[in-house]
Amino acid sequence: MRRLSFGDAVRECLTQEMERDPSVFVYGIGVPDFKAIFGTTAGLAEKFGPQRCFDTPLSEESMTGFALGAALKGMRPVHVHIRVEFLLLAMNQIVNMMSCHNYMTGGRTPLPVVIRAIIGRGWGQGAQHSKSLFSYFTHIPGLKVVAPTTPRDAKGLLAASIRDNNPVIFLEHRWLHWIEDDVPAESFVEPLGVARVMREGRDLTIVATSWMNVEAMHAAKILAGAGINIEVIDPRTLAPLDIDPIVKSVKKTGRCLVADYDWLHSGFSAEVAAQVSELCFGDLKRPVQRIGFAPTPCPTVRTLENHFYPNAETIVRAVERMLDRPAMDLSGIDFYSHERRFRGPF
Amino acid sequence: MNAVTSLPRDVALGLYRTLYLARRCEEVIVRIYPDDEMKTPMHMSMGQEAVSVGICKALAGNGDVIASYRSHATYLAHTEDHRSFFGELHGRTNGTADGKSGSMHLADIPKGMLGASGIVGAGIPVALGAAFANKQQSPGRVVAVFFGDGAVDEGAFWESLNIACAMGLPVMFVCEDNDLAVHTRVSDRRGYSSLPDVVRRYNCMVLEDESNDVEAIYRLGRYAIEQMMSQKTPAFLNIRTYRYLEHCGTAPDTDAPYRKAAEDAFWKGRDCVAMQRKRLLEGGVPESEIVKMERAIDADIEVSVAAANQAPHPGQDLLYRGVFHEAS
Repeated sequence: MRRLSFGDAVRECLTQEMERDPSVFVYGIGVPDFKAIFGTTAGLAEKFGPQRCFDTPLSEESMTGFALGAALKGMRPVHVHIRVEFLLLAMNQIVNMMSCHNYMTGGRTPLPVVIRAIIGRGWGQGAQHSKSLFSYFTHIPGLKVVAPTTPRDAKGLLAASIRDNNPVIFLEHRWLHWIEDDVPAESFVEPLGVARVMREGRDLTIVATSWMNVEAMHAAKILAGAGINIEVIDPRTLAPLDIDPIVKSVKKTGRCLVADYDWLHSGFSAEVAAQVSELCFGDLKRPVQRIGFAPTPCPTVRTLENHFYPNAETIVRAVERMLDRPAMDLSGIDFYSHERRFRGPF
Repeated sequence: MNAVTSLPRDVALGLYRTLYLARRCEEVIVRIYPDDEMKTPMHMSMGQEAVSVGICKALAGNGDVIASYRSHATYLAHTEDHRSFFGELHGRTNGTADGKSGSMHLADIPKGMLGASGIVGAGIPVALGAAFANKQQSPGRVVAVFFGDGAVDEGAFWESLNIACAMGLPVMFVCEDNDLAVHTRVSDRRGYSSLPDVVRRYNCMVLEDESNDVEAIYRLGRYAIEQMMSQKTPAFLNIRTYRYLEHCGTAPDTDAPYRKAAEDAFWKGRDCVAMQRKRLLEGGVPESEIVKMERAIDADIEVSVAAANQAPHPGQDLLYRGVFHEAS
């Protein structure tokens, strides 16, 4: 099968969906410019014209209400934000308007809106260009929240999101755009609300979100060298959450580590931990553990940034504690390869 | 003002019919609200009906509307569906949304009543996308978005005005200017003297009305639509009007400290329903014909209220239905 980067998979999906359905349009600040949201919207304006791919004034709230209005008239908007933090300016439209409009009309109103936003670590992004904010969206009934990890899932889940008749928040980690993997060339759909078992194992279950799947797979490989067999599950859709495969896995392994790419307090990881604790209580050999961002704003300088974000090393250490294993010698293992390939400026 | 109508007789009568319907529905609400069958806050349109009726009739079936939380007159003017209206206010399954929307979120999307919002100004941006879709799918179709003078203080208004002008969207911004944000006057909230003058600096047509006269507002709406189509710009209409009842609820808070007796007398002297009735009479419409129409509306509204009272409340299963649209 053909290999494609996550970013190119997003672009290919948008192109195919716009070809398939003339009601799909893609817009947002910087979307048609030469940087094209890290390349994910490159060529769309040229191919489909300025009515279907366009830039906007810097008015996040109103351009989000714009999506709601267009969806009410049968169109399928994809609104793109180069950083998830900008969505905070649009929360009124997302939380007060979009999430409940179908309910407030007695379930009679399809609202096919996709809001793409880039999350997570870049290159010294500091406190305002570095978050994930998963639980801001997963907390709200009426929103679907999707966070793909693999290029294949990026393409298939984005297609499913565009074809869904509900508002979907589609969150893409900045570094994932570089990841390459096999991706079908033809258009296809990965259903929303279905978790993916990334790696099978018997000793411990890691439930990881977005970039933390990359770190969890790295950690699992390191741990395999010590004879520890890790199962990694990517929920892929954070809301609605497909808890069954997670429960099945934890009942098998007896241990669950939630590796979230977000703050822990009141976060998505707390939801997973609570549900696993309720549903697997008698099978748990250890309490569910969580790792995530340090409980601080994100610092800019790299030495502190390395401590703020969890990575494969954090995961290895947490797993060792949960399995009562001595700490491995991790010297010589490269934990920050993705960070070092990035030279900015943003 | 209030000259004998220059509109065709059926249009003049139609305006009165809808004005009377909106007024009468709210008079009935005032009467039955104490029965406590509705159990939900309401923001009454009474006094301001000419704005919604004049503009919705000017759309002539080729427009979409978005209402403020003071939504009754807009909903009734656009849909004339008082069966669903009373069903919804009573929280019954014959309402627009099985009782899940109530007074503040009335909508009938197939009819182009796209919604109403309890967050001040939040409906304004929604008009942009609807107008964007109309521009491509139904050229000539306009979105009229209604909001109060208080909503103009919100950033969303200025963002949306700019976007509509920059993109040339067929949005009619209709400011129902009753001088009040709850109880606070325009003069206490604005760092500029004239809103229409500020909006004139945008690439937007600006029109004003202070008559509270449904025919004047209707003609203004027709003119605005023609100009929007020929000039490819949005329109901003600042329409002065007056709220008869308290901000939220059904009481006439005439003695409240923010009220001014002279102002109250001035606006009630130009009551939109009475003005249009007088005009019809002066234009030669027999009073017996008007009374016959009024009694028919009265009787039909009572049918709606009875139907609402007889319809079932939603069962618990409906609590969970409609969080997501099921036919995805």
